[in-house]
Amino acid sequence: MMRTDEKLIIKGKRLDGRKAMDIREMEMKVGVIPNANGSAYVRFGKTTAYAAVYGPRELNPRHLQEPDRAIIRCYYNMAPFSVSERKRPAPGRRGIEISKVTKAAIEPALFLKEFPETTIDIFIDIIQADGSTRVAGINAASLALADAGIPMKDLIIALSGGKINDTLVIDLCGKEDNCSNADIPIAFLPNTKEITLLQMDGRVTPQEVKDTIKNVLNAGEQVYKKQKEALKNRYK
Amino acid sequence: MAEKVREIVLPGEKIGNTKTEKASYGTYIKDQDIISKFLGIHKKNNDYISVIPLSGIYTPKKYDKIIGIITSVEKAGWIVNTNSPWKGFLSLSEGVRDFIDLRKTDLKRFFDVGDIIYTEIVDIRRGDIQLSMKSPNARKLEDGVLIKITPSKVPRLIGKEGSMINSIKDQTKTIIRVGQNGVVWLTGEHIEKAMDSIKLIDEKSHIFGLTDKINNFLSD
Repeated sequence: MMRTDEKLIIKGKRLDGRKAMDIREMEMKVGVIPNANGSAYVRFGKTTAYAAVYGPRELNPRHLQEPDRAIIRCYYNMAPFSVSERKRPAPGRRGIEISKVTKAAIEPALFLKEFPETTIDIFIDIIQADGSTRVAGINAASLALADAGIPMKDLIIALSGGKINDTLVIDLCGKEDNCSNADIPIAFLPNTKEITLLQMDGRVTPQEVKDTIKNVLNAGEQVYKKQKEALKNRYK
Repeated sequence: MAEKVREIVLPGEKIGNTKTEKASYGTYIKDQDIISKFLGIHKKNNDYISVIPLSGIYTPKKYDKIIGIITSVEKAGWIVNTNSPWKGFLSLSEGVRDFIDLRKTDLKRFFDVGDIIYTEIVDIRRGDIQLSMKSPNARKLEDGVLIKITPSKVPRLIGKEGSMINSIKDQTKTIIRVGQNGVVWLTGEHIEKAMDSIKLIDEKSHIFGLTDKINNFLSD
């Protein structure tokens, strides 16, 4: 956390002119990488993510195989030029953690038992980072998995909530993220409202967490609509 | 170009109710709702609701006829690439009819690495695919070209009682073998034209009036 005293909300408007419960402009495309089984591009404002899905495919070394189900291997990576200060391209503590939570967020939506002894590889690349990169990555992975024809219970919707200047907001941009009181990325399955990712960084009261979850579940419908649109546009 | 598109369903979309309909391939049931598993085309046959995926890999099924490539020669059989995540095994007794004395014969005489075979799946035991060359059409495919299409679109390529594939065969004077695993083998006169039309079917399988479109393409 950097400074929290900076004014991020002036007269009910945020730095980029949004209201507290507005999502940045979204853009989603499916089938952008021809060599992958499934791929997608997701943009929230300036945050840009690509996801590619390969598989289910043969898994080597064999000791990693599960006899009754497929495993997921997820790689989250930020491009060196995605942030203002060059990011070292090797996976660090943060990248490994986000890979793990992304995998956990996606796993409940898939029917992995249909593909024993195989792997599904998901590669998420952040081309430009401006806050909420993990939720952009999860949305991209959801679209890429559907595009790859992998059996899914549901799509996965992800959106971040948070608190800036003691106001609850959603979809934090980079500056808000750095100066926020708290930021809470959430992923869920839209039909059952099952939450598959819930992280928190910062300080909020229990009631505020509950409110944020409610806000994100509501606003998530917009993201869901956009995802459906992107998938249908692939076949037009 | 305004093309009429078949109804596309998304994973998680409700497409029926178990009270009036029955769930079939590509769906699952939750609280009496039939829900799609795939991004695909919604199909209703009598009471049965199914979803045909628009993409995805090949999942082997018993008695499927597939086109495979030999990847290695073992002591008493061959390992075959089946275009799926699992390897296929063609045992010596299923591969060759005559008695073979293993001490005297080299199995490469029958099938060598890189050979293409049209074969049948006779058994699947959790990822272990047993193949056989004993079915009537099974044989080694010599020469020709291999292309891959999306496995779920194979029925579309063949058409009703082979109408689509036969019109391609007739008009391009080619011989075509289609494996259920999405591998297509071609040989004959106008291979390029046949390949282009097969690729067109793969891309446009979700639109109505595909047969006319292909016929137009072939007569150009």
